[in-house]
Amino acid sequence: MRNILPVLVVCLVIVVLWYGAALWLNAAWVYDQAARAGTQVGFGQLVHDTMTLPRPKLPAPHQVLGGLWDGIFGQSVTSKKSLVYHGWMTLEVTMLGFAVGTLAGLILAIGIVHSRAMDMSVMPWAIASQTIPVLAIAPMVIVVLASVGLKGVIPKALIAAYLSFFPVLVGMVKGLRAPDGLQLDLMRTYNASRTQTLTMLRLPSSLPYLFASLKVGVAAALVGTIVAELPAGASVGLGARLLSGSYYGQTIQIWAALFMAAILAALLVAAIGIAEKVVLKRMGMAR
Amino acid sequence: MMGAAPIIEAQGVDLVFQTADGPVHALKDVNLKVNKGDFVSFIGPSGCGKTTFLRCIAALETPTSGSLKVRGVSAEEARKARSYGYVFQAAGLFPWRTIAGNIRLPLEIMDFTRADRARRVEEVLKLVDLEGFGKKYPWQLSGGMQQRASIARALSFDAEILLMDEPFGALDEIVRDKLNEELLKLWHRTQKTIGFVTHSIPEAVYLSTHIVVMSPRPGRITDVIESPLPRGPRPLEIRDTPEFMAIAQRVREGLHAGHAYEV
Ligand SMILES: Nc1ncnc2c1ncn2[C@@H]1O[C@H](COP(=O)(O)OP(=O)(O)OP(=O)(O)O)[C@@H](O)[C@H]1O
Ligand SMILES: [Mg+2]
Repeated sequence: MRNILPVLVVCLVIVVLWYGAALWLNAAWVYDQAARAGTQVGFGQLVHDTMTLPRPKLPAPHQVLGGLWDGIFGQSVTSKKSLVYHGWMTLEVTMLGFAVGTLAGLILAIGIVHSRAMDMSVMPWAIASQTIPVLAIAPMVIVVLASVGLKGVIPKALIAAYLSFFPVLVGMVKGLRAPDGLQLDLMRTYNASRTQTLTMLRLPSSLPYLFASLKVGVAAALVGTIVAELPAGASVGLGARLLSGSYYGQTIQIWAALFMAAILAALLVAAIGIAEKVVLKRMGMAR
Repeated sequence: MMGAAPIIEAQGVDLVFQTADGPVHALKDVNLKVNKGDFVSFIGPSGCGKTTFLRCIAALETPTSGSLKVRGVSAEEARKARSYGYVFQAAGLFPWRTIAGNIRLPLEIMDFTRADRARRVEEVLKLVDLEGFGKKYPWQLSGGMQQRASIARALSFDAEILLMDEPFGALDEIVRDKLNEELLKLWHRTQKTIGFVTHSIPEAVYLSTHIVVMSPRPGRITDVIESPLPRGPRPLEIRDTPEFMAIAQRVREGLHAGHAYEV
């Protein structure tokens, strides 16, 4: 409970600053309208008007909350206006991409730790792959795959996997190499096979690293999914919602979708945090 | 012990580490025979190659030249045949396993049956006086108890040889005395062959049937002292007897001679 107060204070400061910014950014438009109509606006009127514009430059927090509320609870979950519907579509792709990315990262990490050749050959490529901006590569992948008939979930999940495998790979290479010389020597005195050393020593040692990289990886998968939902033709998912919002200047819709994505990310990271607690506790490693 | 083949036999063992600062001659022309059931201590100044020699016996290190036979075969084959249990200076228990789980580790690796594992874990826990601690995690035990658990782990699969590298080095003297006494009883009961590295003259003399004195740079054996003390349980008070003092004196002289050689 002690931790909640500072968090609340920070939230409050952000909200206050946000309202200030909304007032400031939207004022120009209100003054403009008033000048055109030949009327004067007092401060009270200004505050009221800047907070209730249908298409503000910066929507006020309560407008975003309203948009979020309406998107989540005000629509049927099958409606194209429902944030639950779009959120679910994004979540589905994120989870698939995350699973594929994690598996790929895990397998590559095990390979790298066990084979010097793989260490030399895979790692530079993995690093290079992450220097290519995903915004540049995502539309190409979507378009190319669509041209061979692959549409829908899989191309988007591939982009998500592409972003999420890297943190898992890097974290797991470090984690699998975490056992010290003594622990490895001990396994040698038992003449343990590589597989036994992997399952009984390297993997358990790597778990704290695994969970840390899963948290980064799942967030990366979500970003990858949303970016993959942006290219033309996409019609579902939070990314598509962002895009259509910006087509029509629906800033409230954009912000609501953004917040929905943030909520989704927070939930995913929290879920991994819980899994981490449970697993480490069961292994007697909880701190 | 006459006539029986030695369980460990080193002939002209040399080991040179290639390091960034040039070669380090860790062992030079080491010759040693250890008979089955002996308790052999290795003593010598820091850096004289005690750990290195023990690791050679365990095939964790490979001699540059010379021959090293363990149970009649090469050290590497003996390692593969799981001939020895090794106790490191640090307990090195896996934090994610309970004490029983740690002791079970070698048994799982060596494919002992489930029932056999449980029986052996109980047995060695009793042997090191840790009954009832099987379900605890390592961090719940004191350093001395952790070290006892690591000894239990080395004993669990009943290898013929026990190699111990300063197992009690980090413990205070009272705990150390107690563990020494227990180790001696355990050795007597199990009839194992023990190789034991230490810095302490009283510890070496109290425990051993043979004391190997080494000198540094390059590490060589300068003296092998056969103890006239009784084989079997020895009361701690034996350390005040003239026989004990005489051997301790001889070890001390051996260590000094080694140093004089170096200067
Ligand atoms: N892996 C290694 N690489 C290079 N040099 C090493 C290595 N292991 C040991 N040495 C060197 O070999 C020599 C003998 O080391 P060793 O650890 O066997 O000594 P020790 O007698 O066990 O010393 P201590 O009593 O301090 O434990 C030392 O000079 C050490 O620096
Ligand atoms: Mg040493």
